[in-house]
Amino acid sequence: MEGWDPNTKTTLTQIPLLSTKAGPRDGAAWTQRLKEEYKSLIAYTQMNKSKDNDWFRISAANPEGTRWTGKCWYVHNLLKYEFDLQFDIPVTYPSTAPEIELPELDGKTHKMYRGGKICLTVHFKPLWAKNCPRFGIAHALCLGLAPWLAAEVPILVDSGMIKHKDDAASSSES
Amino acid sequence: MEVELKEMLDELETLKRSLPDPSHYTTIDKLRLHVEHLTNLAKSAPVRRSKVKDMSAEVVDSNPYSRLMALQRMGIVENYERIREFSVAIVGIGGVGSVAAEMLTRCGIGRLLLYDYDKVELANMNRLFFRPEQVGMTKTDAAVQTLSEINPDVVLESYTLNITTVQGFETFMKSLTNKSFCPSKEGSGVDLVLSCVDNYEARMVVNQACNELNQTWMESGVSEDAVSGHIQLLIPGETACFACAPPLVVASGVDERTLKREGVCAASLPTTMGVVAGLLVQNTLKFLLKFGYVSPYLGYNSLKDFFPTMEMKPNPQCSNVACLERQKEYILAKPARDAAAKAKMEADASSTTECPLHDDNEWNISVVDDSVPDRKDARSSDALPEGLIHELPSADEFQKLPASEASATATDDLEDLRRQLEALNG
Ligand SMILES: [Zn+2]
Repeated sequence: MEGWDPNTKTTLTQIPLLSTKAGPRDGAAWTQRLKEEYKSLIAYTQMNKSKDNDWFRISAANPEGTRWTGKCWYVHNLLKYEFDLQFDIPVTYPSTAPEIELPELDGKTHKMYRGGKICLTVHFKPLWAKNCPRFGIAHALCLGLAPWLAAEVPILVDSGMIKHKDDAASSSES
Repeated sequence: MEVELKEMLDELETLKRSLPDPSHYTTIDKLRLHVEHLTNLAKSAPVRRSKVKDMSAEVVDSNPYSRLMALQRMGIVENYERIREFSVAIVGIGGVGSVAAEMLTRCGIGRLLLYDYDKVELANMNRLFFRPEQVGMTKTDAAVQTLSEINPDVVLESYTLNITTVQGFETFMKSLTNKSFCPSKEGSGVDLVLSCVDNYEARMVVNQACNELNQTWMESGVSEDAVSGHIQLLIPGETACFACAPPLVVASGVDERTLKREGVCAASLPTTMGVVAGLLVQNTLKFLLKFGYVSPYLGYNSLKDFFPTMEMKPNPQCSNVACLERQKEYILAKPARDAAAKAKMEADASSTTECPLHDDNEWNISVVDDSVPDRKDARSSDALPEGLIHELPSADEFQKLPASEASATATDDLEDLRRQLEALNG
């Protein structure tokens, strides 16, 4: 796992792996996969909470579990910056990873494709491909979104592209 | 505007008459000429050509197809007009797809199906095709606007959707199978699918659809550093599919570790994209109109002006179920294929004896026998020709791990699991 910080590596190895190779068009096999996704997400969320490193909320936005929405946040200079989070499970999942979107930040950073899809590091896709079908949504958040927030939020804040909600509120009141 | 210009002319006339000093007349006459010129410009509304019923080979300046039909006269293409029967689907109307669409439109293709979910942005203006005044329009609508002006004979269908989502994929599949344009056609409703998308995820989706529909397609791509690209022909069951092996990329020769990626996702150049679009549509025309050699894979390294080529066999252990089905069908159809090939060879042989093609070889050129090159095994990277590398690794050998049961998640009921996650979220 060249190119990853030790913290991400340790966390990743503690997220339960999945075993069913099924996408949203695979009927009963997808339901099985969905159960594994939940187990893995539950374990990851519990782990984050126990380490006092809770950083996202995610739930399925439809009964089929093909669209997910939630929130993620990052603390920079003791201030918490929170963003809406969304993605679809692609029809070729899990051969291809979900493309995580932060729609509020669309157009605010170069490290983003159109529509607010975060631009992953060169290390993400190879690792995902190597570990298909064992990586799931929790792994995508841990390997994709967490390092992106850590790298980009400080830049976005320092460059003034995003403001803390208290600042934004007080400046609009004044 | 025309009314105002007319008033201006009248006022200039009044001014001229009211002036006692004739020395200003020339200036006023000059002004009047300018206004008249502007009036003419305002009057000339954009000219739209009307539809053409039959492609004519007549060489007159009003015939949009004369230079194309000349291909037939010169013996390059046997029947150019057949192009009007063909439907081509273009997935991704970006730097490559839009240019490919324009080329096919100018060639008089019968029908184009255009897929994209994105809008035109000012950031796209370093590429060809889209114009600044189209910013904000969906790429599909903007493309239809421009293409229908260029050639009203082409039937254009625009699909503004994301093919990777479950719903988008369904519409995508349905549109490809619609045969109303050419009901007599065998197979799906299109002759070729061109993938002009910019990411691995969408390519895998096109691959999925084409494997399921047994649809021949061509892949194209430009590297994120904008200096190399490739095109690839994929025939389900016959050639490697996009999932048979990790995707190939043309090595630019630039060390990945020295590539500075801070603050950028991807670069793009109109040149590389134009070259790749040209290669893609050239291969498309050769495939549809049956002339020349249709390349199975053609890479483009712009830094070295190097064009690697190769062929890939399908992987019998491909992870894509539909690919395996197509492979099985292809093997089963071998006797019929062999018989057809033999019949064709005999027919060709008898026609060549009747009229030898190159009897008078006065230049003494010896033509090397074009034997089929070795087809590479899709999986092993050692077999890759120089200048090509795999972009991603293969999935590790998959052993079914004993399910790692977290103590709190002993349940196996989906609704229970959903509630557990919600409880944690609360
Ligand atoms: Zn395959």
